[in-house]
Amino acid sequence: MAESGIGASVPRTEDQRFLTGSGDYTDDTTFPHQTHAAFVRSTHPHASFTLDTTAAASAPGVVTVLTGADLAADEIGTLICGWQVTGKDGEPHKAPPHPVLAVDTVRHVGDAIAIVVAESARAARDAAEQVEVSYAPLPAVVSMRDALADGAPQIHSDAPGNLCYDWEIGDRAATDDAFARAHHVARLDLVNNRLIPNAMEPRSAIGDFNPASGDYTLRLTSQNPHIHRLVLAAFIQIAPEHKLHVIAPDVGGGFGSKIFIYQEETAVLWAAGKIGRPVKWTADRSESFVADAHGRDHESHVELALDADGRFLGLKVSTLANMGAYLSTFASCVPSYLYGTLLQGQYTTEAIYCEVKAVFTNTTPVDALRGAGRPEATYVVERIVDQAAREMGIDAAELRRRNFIPADAFPYPTKVALEYDSGNYRLALDRALEIADYGDFAARREASSARGRLRGIGLSAYIEACGIAPSQVVGSLGAGVGLWESGGIRFNPTGNVLVYTGSHSHGQGHETTFAQLVSDYLGVPFESVEVVHGDTEKTPFGMGTYGSRSLAVGGSALVKAMDKIIAKGRKIAAFTLEASEEDIEFSGGDFAVAGTDRSMNIAEVAFSAYVPHNYPLDELEPGLEETGFYDPANFTFPAGTHVCEVEVDPETGTTEIVNWVAVDDFGNVVNPMIVEGQVHGGVAHGVGQALLEGCAYDADGQLLTGSFMDYTMPRADDLPDMTVETTCTPCPHNPLGVKGCGEAGAIAAPAAVMNAITDALGTNAIDMPATPQAVWRALSE
Amino acid sequence: MPVNVSMNVNGRAISEEVEDRTLLVELLRETLRLTGTHVGCDTSQCGACVVHVDGRSVKACTMLATQAHGADVVTIEGLAEGGKLHPMQEAFRDNHGLQCGFCTPGMVMSALDLVARNPDPTGPEVREWLEGNLCRCTGYHNIVKSILAGASTMRGGS
Repeated sequence: MAESGIGASVPRTEDQRFLTGSGDYTDDTTFPHQTHAAFVRSTHPHASFTLDTTAAASAPGVVTVLTGADLAADEIGTLICGWQVTGKDGEPHKAPPHPVLAVDTVRHVGDAIAIVVAESARAARDAAEQVEVSYAPLPAVVSMRDALADGAPQIHSDAPGNLCYDWEIGDRAATDDAFARAHHVARLDLVNNRLIPNAMEPRSAIGDFNPASGDYTLRLTSQNPHIHRLVLAAFIQIAPEHKLHVIAPDVGGGFGSKIFIYQEETAVLWAAGKIGRPVKWTADRSESFVADAHGRDHESHVELALDADGRFLGLKVSTLANMGAYLSTFASCVPSYLYGTLLQGQYTTEAIYCEVKAVFTNTTPVDALRGAGRPEATYVVERIVDQAAREMGIDAAELRRRNFIPADAFPYPTKVALEYDSGNYRLALDRALEIADYGDFAARREASSARGRLRGIGLSAYIEACGIAPSQVVGSLGAGVGLWESGGIRFNPTGNVLVYTGSHSHGQGHETTFAQLVSDYLGVPFESVEVVHGDTEKTPFGMGTYGSRSLAVGGSALVKAMDKIIAKGRKIAAFTLEASEEDIEFSGGDFAVAGTDRSMNIAEVAFSAYVPHNYPLDELEPGLEETGFYDPANFTFPAGTHVCEVEVDPETGTTEIVNWVAVDDFGNVVNPMIVEGQVHGGVAHGVGQALLEGCAYDADGQLLTGSFMDYTMPRADDLPDMTVETTCTPCPHNPLGVKGCGEAGAIAAPAAVMNAITDALGTNAIDMPATPQAVWRALSE
Repeated sequence: MPVNVSMNVNGRAISEEVEDRTLLVELLRETLRLTGTHVGCDTSQCGACVVHVDGRSVKACTMLATQAHGADVVTIEGLAEGGKLHPMQEAFRDNHGLQCGFCTPGMVMSALDLVARNPDPTGPEVREWLEGNLCRCTGYHNIVKSILAGASTMRGGS
């Protein structure tokens, strides 16, 4: 068991198909009689328009051209935001209508206007060019400050001043008082640059409709097929839930961007019903750039008040958060409850106050992206801590140690609504510094200096709230859904096991990790366990995968189901072995009568359950299949320290990351190999944000970074080898003691990189992405 | 205008009528149903579509099918023999060189061309070679490790 159980780096089950080209991604499927869709998209950031589809409708191969007017005629609803944030004034946020196809006004470049369905993808694209759109341009607003200015163009009539909400958290009076007592105040203005998610697989969907049964099927790139089904059924109202089958097969990365219910997937499903044939759409990358929800895009002013010893007395943060042109599916909660609640960081800061204005602009909608609010919070906290350290002449690591929440202080109630459950922040910091040889940095800096290079070192002691869940908590904060997870265990008569999870794997390796968990817990061979996910007709209703929640919440649901399996197995064994149920002990897959050599293997129990020839049927049901739903008591709180060391060439402004150390506390770890891989990928995302990636619009609202030619994705030679280790304080409130690892790197990395660069440059006058040009300019000024 | 294209794909002779503007990747995915070769962008940047044409790695999204007329084409489906993974595929699995799997076929095909030209590459040489292949999941750390391990096995190392 050891080589495949909990704690073993088992090679992944799913790799065989991915490595041989036999994966099953949405675009890989072709249905008989399938048609293809192309979208007509706005080329203007803000305009009213009229449409003439006559030429397109009669173009070769075209089946139909559908518009917003057709949607209205069919009484199809608009897209929704599933989390209602309440502002300072007690009023709910503004969520103006987000049409599936724009009706008379477009609000960002790429806004979908019409769907063209044809016999081939080429015919659909050719015909889309023939849809005549007459635009009457309206004044557009791109920057948040312009959007909030008096007299700014109004994007939605029901969002005055382009304000979505003005929200606050923390204690303003207590924080003002802390600042009044301060020995020193550090101040920073920070930009958290807008990112474009760029999962390598573009979004794709195939809608189908069976006129005989009235059933719809949607095969799509989704991180949460049940949420897609729920929203498409209950809110957009294309078909009721029981007549809509949603499948998310192999999905090529998500990072948040495949959570949301978008225009295109919705239109494809509806169009399939209109024409009674399958309709396929696959985004080309240029569409992904304008139509996938973007991430981050904050501007913040932050102030930290310290006493003479460097203790954090108060933290004050004021943030503008860009929502883009419409409020996307979970956009509202990202710069509020996933952001402001994390400003405690790892520290005992005595008072915190944060206010956030969420702003509409004529840009692509912004929503959750790997980390979602927590990278923004960590960036604010960890940058200001380093700034304070420099200003007060205290070593950056030492300042953190003085302010860490002590390991014996958990559970720790924060000043911003959360209660941290566990952690040992100093342990991770000290280990990271040891690996990074922090003590000898001065000598390395001197050696770099002798070669004409500037060397810097940066720390990021991050924290995140993961296992996004407790339904009561998120419900009280405005979430429209519960955030539990489901898990099912079905023993087959021959003793092998089907595992059903409501979470969804799109790179995380659940088919392996969950099989390890089940194999270990139930004592069945790893090879006898099959994990099923991503299909609303196969698995129980589930909430999907985001927020590093799958193992903490979904794995715990499986534990609940397995406990029920064991309880029933005990009854079966007691009956079969003619013992009392209380005397049956379960261990390593065997049900044994305590103190005897009589036992039954769980596979024998399963066979007996399906061949109940002499069962006492009034006491014991046949079959061995159980479902568990798990709703945790709290979030989980992964935390750790990342250390980045850089060398900057002042002549060219080029930054090279010369060392990366990550020490993370994820609680217990099921598959260390997979966990390390998650950290590597997260760090790459964060390094990309810090050094390379920056979504840019021109002043008129045209996207300047609309392809991989213009938007710099991190490549292999931009990134270092990384040293990744873990510490472990098990999560005390879930049965596995796990915390989640998928976002940590993306949360920790940007501050580590920028602290290293500002350390190297000796100036703060630089924002992300710290491109060679930006670094060179910062040095020149 | 329809044109005939004939070539060897994974050792099998094929001959198909296609529209003249058909890309090699479209021929592979749509006509031959070899869907292991992926399309991740429209600017020849991501490398998810890398296949071998006459032994050299080529981005199949950047070549017309007719340009491969008469060529030997190998795709990711052509590597494993009798269900046994190629050593480079094996190395990716053993070193967790893939997560979502979407960039993986292109990474493996690109890696094999590197090893054909440079059987004993260094880590930095691997990183430089992968300039034309994007991955969003792995941070490349384990891809580099996989390619070094795969190259070592192919040289007859352990």
